[in-house]
Amino acid sequence: MQVGKPILYSYFRSSCSWRVRIALALKGIDYEMMPINLVKDGGQQFSKEFQALNPMKQVPALKIDGITIGQSLAIIEYLEETRPTPRLLPQDPKKRASVRMISDLIAGGIQPLQNLSVLKQVGQENQLTWAQNAITSGFNALERILQSTAGRYCVGDEVSMADLCLVPQVANAERFKVDLTPYPTISRINKTLLALEAFQVSHPCRQPDTPAELRA
Amino acid sequence: MKQVPALKIDGITIGQSLAIIEYLEETRPTPRLLPQDPKKRASVRMISDLIAGGIQPLQNLSVLKQVGQENQLTWAQNAITSGFNALERILQSTAGRYCVGDEVSMADLCLVPQVANAERFKVDLTPYPTISRINKTLLALEAFQVSHPCRQPDTPAELRA
Repeated sequence: MQVGKPILYSYFRSSCSWRVRIALALKGIDYEMMPINLVKDGGQQFSKEFQALNPMKQVPALKIDGITIGQSLAIIEYLEETRPTPRLLPQDPKKRASVRMISDLIAGGIQPLQNLSVLKQVGQENQLTWAQNAITSGFNALERILQSTAGRYCVGDEVSMADLCLVPQVANAERFKVDLTPYPTISRINKTLLALEAFQVSHPCRQPDTPAELRA
Repeated sequence: MKQVPALKIDGITIGQSLAIIEYLEETRPTPRLLPQDPKKRASVRMISDLIAGGIQPLQNLSVLKQVGQENQLTWAQNAITSGFNALERILQSTAGRYCVGDEVSMADLCLVPQVANAERFKVDLTPYPTISRINKTLLALEAFQVSHPCRQPDTPAELRA
């Protein structure tokens, strides 16, 4: 059986897709990118073809090893279990719990409240305030948690799944004009991570589907 | 995070239900809550994340407060039906007796409480026969009964089983 490269369904600006792009870059996994435009044609995620692939009608989705996985953290944990180096989760269970707690705080507690489909429902005049509230509530908690867990990165001194969640969420915060002054730990870690190659090659401004005016 | 649950265990405090469950799995590995096979583990996590990240946060107390009382029911119903539409389809490929094959997993721990929320918000479950069947099977298990909201120390008298 011929096994092709993994295929990632991604949107340049989707923070959830960016998490997986970072993971693939860090682990040196070569893949094919299939851009799904969340805005064009009423949203390409709603097409029959994409729905058949991923009933959640969301990006990212990764086709790998004969299966298709949705949900960015489920994808990242699968990559970690099947391509274990370099690590994205520490060895120690207590540190792993910190990594997952931070990742879930962002991926479950902040991002879903400010994603495209929710913002459509709150209505255009409320969108900015709604998104800002979701992010500041989450960042208030995260800044405090990081004070006990962080070293160079979110949890100690090794890049982990938590860091893969942090950077895209800070980018969302900037897009929604959230003042980051109350979050010095988040800001410091974000800056350190953005200097790493995996976070740069995966950046929204450098994707095949990045619009010309936003391209780096 | 000013949220429940939080678990104080082994000298640490963990928030976020799935992070807690994964820690319990790694430190008290039997009986398993995640299958051995990585592909099945991916299905378990995908379903768990769909519910815990994709449905519940959109219909939790603090979000419902923000949408305002007159909109709450519709808002919660929309969040749940969108999620259940996707979940019902996914379960058609993953489910056996339970969400993923024939062993209880973290996905099942997410399903039952979310179905209870669906019932609270008067969501019609007719379009979700797989979800309903699995929910019913799980509710017969002791762990799902002793942990039920109607049997807790803080269950109000009028809701107690």
